[in-house]
Amino acid sequence: MNLTLKVWRQANKSAKGKIETYQIKEISPDMSFLEMMDVLNEQLMLEQIDPIAFDHDCREGICGMCSMFINGEAHGPDRLVTTCQLHMRKFKDGDTITIEPFRAKAFPVIKDLTVDRSSFDRVQQAGGFVSVNTSGNTQDANAIPIDKHDADKAFDAATCIGCGACVATCKNASAMLFVSAKVSQYALLPQGKVEATDRVLNMVKQMDEEGFGNCTNTGACEVECPKGISLENIARMNREYLFASLKG
Amino acid sequence: MTLISSSIGRKVAMALSGIFLVVFLTQHFSINLLSIFSKSLFNQVSHFMGNNPIVQFILQPILILGVLFHFTMGFILELQNSKSRSSKYSSYKGRANATWMSRNMILSGIVILSFLALHFYDFWVPEMNYKYVEVLPLDANRYYEELVHKFENPIRVGIYVLSFIFLSLHLLHGFASSFQSVGVNNKYSKTIKKIATGFSIIVPIGFVFIALFHHLK
Amino acid sequence: MKKVKIRYRENSNGTSSIRLNYFHGYEIVKGKKKAKRSIKTLPFHLVTNPVTKEDIKQNESYKKEAHKIAESWEKSLLPSESFLKDNSFTKNTMFKLDSKIPEGPVTQKWTNHKGKINLVSPANKRLIDIIVVGTGLAGASASATLAELGYNVKTFCFQDSPRRAHSIAAQGGINAAKNYQGDGDSTYRLFYDTIKGGDYRSREANVHRLAEVSTNIIDQCVAQGVPFARDYGGLLDNRSFGGVLVSRTFYAKGQTGQQLLLGAYSAMNRQIGRGKIKMYNRHEMMDIVLVDGKARGIIARNLVDGKIERHGAHAVVIASGGYGNVFFLSTNAMGSNVSAGWKIHKKGAYFANPCFTQIHPTCIPVSGDHQSKLTLMSESLRNDGRIWVPKNIEDSKAIREGRLKPTEILEENRDYYLERRYPAFGNLVPRDVASRAAKERCDAGFGVNKTGEAVYLDFASSIIRYGKEQAHVKGLDENDSVLVKKLGQDVVRAKYGNLFQMYEKIVDQNPYETPMMIYPAVHYTMGGVWVDYNLMTSIPGCYAIGEANFSDHGANRLGASALMQGLADGYFVLPYTIGDYLSDDIRTGPIDTELPEFEKAESTVKAQLEAFISNNGTQSVDYYHRKLGKIMWDKCGMSRNEKGLKDAIIEIKELREDFYKNVNVPGRTDEFNEQLAKAGRVADFLELGELFAKDALERSESCGGHFREESQTPEGEALRDDENFTFVSAWEFKGAPSKAKLHKEELKYEEIEVKTRSYK
Repeated sequence: MNLTLKVWRQANKSAKGKIETYQIKEISPDMSFLEMMDVLNEQLMLEQIDPIAFDHDCREGICGMCSMFINGEAHGPDRLVTTCQLHMRKFKDGDTITIEPFRAKAFPVIKDLTVDRSSFDRVQQAGGFVSVNTSGNTQDANAIPIDKHDADKAFDAATCIGCGACVATCKNASAMLFVSAKVSQYALLPQGKVEATDRVLNMVKQMDEEGFGNCTNTGACEVECPKGISLENIARMNREYLFASLKG
Repeated sequence: MTLISSSIGRKVAMALSGIFLVVFLTQHFSINLLSIFSKSLFNQVSHFMGNNPIVQFILQPILILGVLFHFTMGFILELQNSKSRSSKYSSYKGRANATWMSRNMILSGIVILSFLALHFYDFWVPEMNYKYVEVLPLDANRYYEELVHKFENPIRVGIYVLSFIFLSLHLLHGFASSFQSVGVNNKYSKTIKKIATGFSIIVPIGFVFIALFHHLK
Repeated sequence: MKKVKIRYRENSNGTSSIRLNYFHGYEIVKGKKKAKRSIKTLPFHLVTNPVTKEDIKQNESYKKEAHKIAESWEKSLLPSESFLKDNSFTKNTMFKLDSKIPEGPVTQKWTNHKGKINLVSPANKRLIDIIVVGTGLAGASASATLAELGYNVKTFCFQDSPRRAHSIAAQGGINAAKNYQGDGDSTYRLFYDTIKGGDYRSREANVHRLAEVSTNIIDQCVAQGVPFARDYGGLLDNRSFGGVLVSRTFYAKGQTGQQLLLGAYSAMNRQIGRGKIKMYNRHEMMDIVLVDGKARGIIARNLVDGKIERHGAHAVVIASGGYGNVFFLSTNAMGSNVSAGWKIHKKGAYFANPCFTQIHPTCIPVSGDHQSKLTLMSESLRNDGRIWVPKNIEDSKAIREGRLKPTEILEENRDYYLERRYPAFGNLVPRDVASRAAKERCDAGFGVNKTGEAVYLDFASSIIRYGKEQAHVKGLDENDSVLVKKLGQDVVRAKYGNLFQMYEKIVDQNPYETPMMIYPAVHYTMGGVWVDYNLMTSIPGCYAIGEANFSDHGANRLGASALMQGLADGYFVLPYTIGDYLSDDIRTGPIDTELPEFEKAESTVKAQLEAFISNNGTQSVDYYHRKLGKIMWDKCGMSRNEKGLKDAIIEIKELREDFYKNVNVPGRTDEFNEQLAKAGRVADFLELGELFAKDALERSESCGGHFREESQTPEGEALRDDENFTFVSAWEFKGAPSKAKLHKEELKYEEIEVKTRSYK
């Protein structure tokens, strides 16, 4: 396959970026998108051009580090995958592919396609945990039976990989899906219910302070989420938040 | 107070005011519908609505506040949201993952707002003038004629029809979405969605039908 | 008392800080002669104008204390000055390999040890800083627990968030001797299985401790809100893994590692929120700093702006994972590297059993030269999948050429070679055995993909079995094959859905309809930094935990034991044992990063980075990494022989020399530069690879994942040589990998009888 790539280049956080166009040849359809980027970088280095910086690590769709906006969609045109699991067979010979970083005020660009998602960490630090000491002197794991349906739902929410596709894809750059996944996971488990009130209030407060937009229920996040996290979680968080704020 | 300053609080407020407006819309629609079946009944109900002190001095201000709130908050949120992404995408495929309606609530909202301005100018301003400024004598039978009169002008009817198409688009996303906003997303959601979609199509078509009915009669 | 002077400085709150001033001599700065000093502030304050008797008494005792510290500081600094002039790396020549295994029967060792070791009081913990490098299961859990205990923790990770660490990719599960299934599991059985699985090359006392704390881990994780799989009664579910005869593996679909890591990450977040952990994302450890032979800090590079930073601490914990990426293609993440472990090795930490590598049997086969990494399919698939190749070599050929489909091969023409060779364990033999068996079949020409390097993992019979079961439960027709297949597929989807989906995305084939293709790939490294029973390396104050150390898995790791070890080390072992060392450090005060040791380490790091950038080479870093990987896979892979290993040593050395001459690293040092970071990591792999081959050459027996062709039974099974090789090879760095010196830690088995491992 031969492709035309339009890639966002930005030297650093404060520099002004722009789209550069590169040609790339003989790409195998079995390559993953990131392997194609590797080939491009090898080519750029031969031409004495600074290689494109992009985040990636596990390359099996679980670490959540890869973060490209490909042809107008987070993680590209395929569904339920991260960029590293997107394969070139999803494109056609001669295609033009536009590659941009995830854009949001809360995700400032570091370089080229690399963005700073530490705002997500800070939201988690505000309350994304159960306040239990790691002493091992807790009660037996089977002491509290948990309804299988609740446990499964909690698991589904907990599969969020924190990649930020929801924010990147939302027209308002809202982080509701990410935050609600964590809130839901704990709200559904007896271990997490104890401090549910404080958790949801603190996490939403932090989320707002980070400069994410508001949710307008377009549902784009759910479609683009590589792990298929459900909008149900957002509804649950709205509910939790309402009760929590009324409770004070 | 954190409730209304937080993103979720505002979203809930939007949803609740929206649902309130939907309720009003239903009531407005039912009265308008009467005009097709019975002139006298329509006059009767209109007269009641126009002169009952509870409707006039309690419900009407609440309604106006509701409308104002829904719009103002809508604009505030839109402004805030546009700030949350300072550098825009050069390629953004919104249609791949969300409906046109959900992405353009502000557009449909503005069209509806403009229509409301016209609607106020057409009905509400003369009505207020009639009752409270010039204090003309009570006339329980004037409403039907006024209605029919307004639908004589084809341009006005055209604007009316167009506005209701936008109202339909606005409702297609907004109605069901308001349930999600207040935290209802469960096994009933599919049914709610169906009912909301039905409402969002039937009611605006009904309004359009009434307008065309009087225009063509 | 000549060089260290005691100074008092008044604070605004009526107290005086005590500072020690160490005089290094003079230096010329901008033409002016200036005194060069190191300053150390002590952690207690004098009352500036004492009135009460008590204040006076306290001041006196503090002054005495200050004198003592000043004296010892002076003593410690003088020899280290002379050490700096000496260029040899081998400061710890005096170190004697002592595993510090406590006395007593193996079942009592940990309890007794915990009861006897020194502790640091809560008030003093506040005065102690600990650096943790890496945020996988071990690093994150250790950071959280240490912070919870009251230490000041600084944690480093090279990724953009601690949650990205590669523990997240572990799929199958975590072992614990809970015996919830009532199938005869016990601490002893887990201990025994682990030792046996490790082919009798692990340290008995460590493994028993691991088995003991395993049950705590599950309790802990559930309390943290980790959503493990449950049955309909609401209790925890278990599955079975390779090499064992009980169901003791707890899991969360195929994402157990993710859930456990997020649990540890959340515990960390809680401490970050409280200010007890200071998190450094996108930072890479470049070197360790030793002061007077003790680990006292690290040099780190901020990957965003390229700044070199000095960080002081009273202890340094390395939790940077394994070195599987020395093979270039492995199931490790792209960024996984050996650098932290290698840097401490070069400063005196022994590196143990580098050649013990686990090759995982169920990975997706290589598709072409462009491949950047390999993807694992969880071992749990072997619970329900059956592994086979065609019985007739013609069939294999036809499949390779695309003339035949696997589903068209009749049952009697399939060779379920694991079930044939190992009837007792069948498809659930340990990983090393399964991998070698696959290689044996493919080498014999039975491979089933284009390159001939793949075997089938088939779910057809499980789908039918489950389907019939479901049909029976639901009272439907068990003979309706379409219905049965559908019901069976639903069961398999519920169990392994995400893995099947992942397979389909990568290979573009539907594994519900046609068997999966799998082939072994490098997955885990049992070898690592040598540690004693307290998890301390041969550098005092420097610890290694999780996959980065060597301790618990011997020559082969059992499935679902890596997660167990990482969390055991981090939550329950290190936080206790580190106190033993730190109890001597409560009066040390903050570590001064202006010390000449830091200066020197920093300038060495900077020089190396500059050298990469200014090198006018032509080849990319990846070019060398790929080449190294090929040498490693061909000559130090699933089976090894003397000639190959000797060649590998020479080839790697040549490749390394070429690397330093011809590598091309673009960009600058003071910016976000991925290639530069990668160059540093590959440079370390190029040294480790050589030691790896040297170790494999030295160990001329076969054991676990290490298979020497010279040492096998007539049936081709691994043949151990217990008489000559029941030891841990701990390598000491002597300037170059080829000069490394071997130290042997004898392994004594008191509780377990050493036997030939048999899964037949």
